[in-house]
This record gives sequence, structure tokens and C-alpha cells, in this order.
Amino acid sequence: MERSHLHRQLVLARQTLFDQGYLDEQFIQLEELQDDANPNFVEEVVTLHYRDSARLIYNIEQALEKTALDFNKLDSYMHQFKGSSSSIGAKKVKAECTLFREYCRAGNGEGCMRSFQQLKKEYATLKRKLEAYFQLARQVGPIDTASRPK
Amino acid sequence: MTAVGDVLRRGLAEDLGVPNGLEELHVLAVDDSLVDRKVIEQLLKISSCKVTAVESGTRALQYLGLDGEKSTAALNDLKINLIMTDYSMPGMSGYELLKKIKGSSAFREVPVVIMSSENILARINRCLEEGAEEFILKPVKLSDVKRLKDFIMRGEGEEKGKRRAPKRKLRDDVFTCDELTLESPTKFSAKRSTSLV
Repeated sequence: MERSHLHRQLVLARQTLFDQGYLDEQFIQLEELQDDANPNFVEEVVTLHYRDSARLIYNIEQALEKTALDFNKLDSYMHQFKGSSSSIGAKKVKAECTLFREYCRAGNGEGCMRSFQQLKKEYATLKRKLEAYFQLARQVGPIDTASRPK
Repeated sequence: MTAVGDVLRRGLAEDLGVPNGLEELHVLAVDDSLVDRKVIEQLLKISSCKVTAVESGTRALQYLGLDGEKSTAALNDLKINLIMTDYSMPGMSGYELLKKIKGSSAFREVPVVIMSSENILARINRCLEEGAEEFILKPVKLSDVKRLKDFIMRGEGEEKGKRRAPKRKLRDDVFTCDELTLESPTKFSAKRSTSLV
């Protein structure tokens, strides 16, 4: 049956995200908060995170273009970005945030720029994978809800 | 205030599956992060708490009627059982909010919990010394909320006269003992392992 095949794909896709270190247990925590009253909770939170991220990435980019870098400001933005990433369980992105902050504290502008490029890559990858995952989840939707233990 | 009778009534209502609208714990959550507000809101709702989520310390004080602005007539009906606030917020920090709450006659008895993504011992101590009930490392989990809720429910059943000693834990071997500490697992973030770094 096509549906059960999709369901298997979904389960595999989800497991892969964890196995490859893209997500950590916080994502599971979000899944546990999803219920019949809030059936799209995880995706809603992740969507809010994308919004946060877009704003913060923009701010950081702007800040990095200044001749004299304001490391406090950069650190502050990254603290927010890290928090938001942590809240959805974005493991790899969170690690990049930590690295960036270390460069900030060391006043290492080059390091900041390099790690920011890497961070953006990780973020883009995660976003892509999660979008595919949620799309698949939506296709599977009805069966998934039916088979979930109450 | 609430007496043993109220606790029994609440328990009975729960056993009967009757929604406890009147006795639901009301939590005020303060966090500048939209993502975190949404998560904490859901954590609390799933735990059958009523939630009011605001984005800043200033808003929190407004809500509580502590901003010294207009008449706080509505204050008499405002029952808050717990305040959970983020530490790092633009403008007023969670620590500053904590001080204002503990400095108010209306809300100084309300337990205040500080949430932070940063495990800084000096910060933890400062908050506990100022009267914070607990310092929770973010991201906040369902188990954290459950534990807080259990603690509050127990506290609500106590007689008003019984004052709890403030909990203060600076080192593993030194902490103020009271019945609640003995029952609850240690929860100070200094001990909690994290995967942050």
C-alpha cells in the first residue's frame, strides 16, 4: 500500500535526522507536546524558528559588514539564535552557534565570519531536510494520527 | 486561603474527570523569544495549567499591576500560582523582574522560577538568593513543568502559617533542608548535565 510505504519512509526520514546529528532530544520533546488539539505543533514551532532565524541571520550579516566589529552585539544576536535553535533541537546548528560565540569572545573577526558561513550552510541544510520531512508527514498525516497511541 | 478541603475537592474532581477550571494553576510566563513562549505555553497547557505568556518584564509588571500605572482593581481577582521568567531579556532582565516581584506585597509569595540557557553559577546563586524558587536550564522540558506543578500543588495544600525556608544550594554537600527538598530531586542547573557545549 502506498500509504504504509510513505509511513515507513517518514519513520526512516525522522530517524535519519537523529542518527546524522541534525536533531537532538529537544525535537522529541516538541513531538511529545503535539496532540489532537495541536496537531501541527512541531511544524508551527519550527516555522517560528525560521522566522527568528531569518531576522537574526540578517542582523548578523549586517553587523559583520561593519569595519569595526561589535563583538558584544554579535554575541548577543548569536545568543538569541542559539537559543532558538536549541528550542527546536537543531543540534548541528547549535554547535556552530557555540563556535561563533567563542570567536566573538576571542575578538576573532575572521573566525566569526568563517563560522558564520558554516552556520548558514548547516541551517540551510536543516531547513531543507525539515521541510521535506514535514511535507512527507503531511502526506502520511491521517494514518499517522490513527496509529498513534492515545 | 486554600485548606486541606480544597485539595481534597480538587482531587475528587480530577477523579471524576471533571475539568478543574476553577482550581487550574495559573502560570505567568515571561520570555522575549517567540519560539520559547510558544513552547512553554504548550508545556503548561499539556500539564493542565492556565497560561498567560508575555514578552517582557515590563509587560509582566503591567499584567500584575505592579507598574504603578492605573488602578489595579482587577488585581483582586488575579490569582497567579507561578511565574516563570527567562533570565536574559532586553530591557528588564529576569533577575530584575524577580526583584520587583519579591519586593511587592501582592506577589512576593508567588514562586518565581528563572529559566536560562546559560549555566552560570554566579547567576544561579544570585537568583536563588533573591528568592527565586528554582533555576531551570533551557530548553525547558515536560518533566521540569511536571515537577514544578507538583511542587506548587503541594504548596497550595499547606497551611498558610507554615513558612518554607528558602532553598539555597551552593555546593553539593551544603543545602537548606526542608520537606520539599527532601522529596524532590535536585534540580539546580549547576549539577545538570547539558549538551550545550
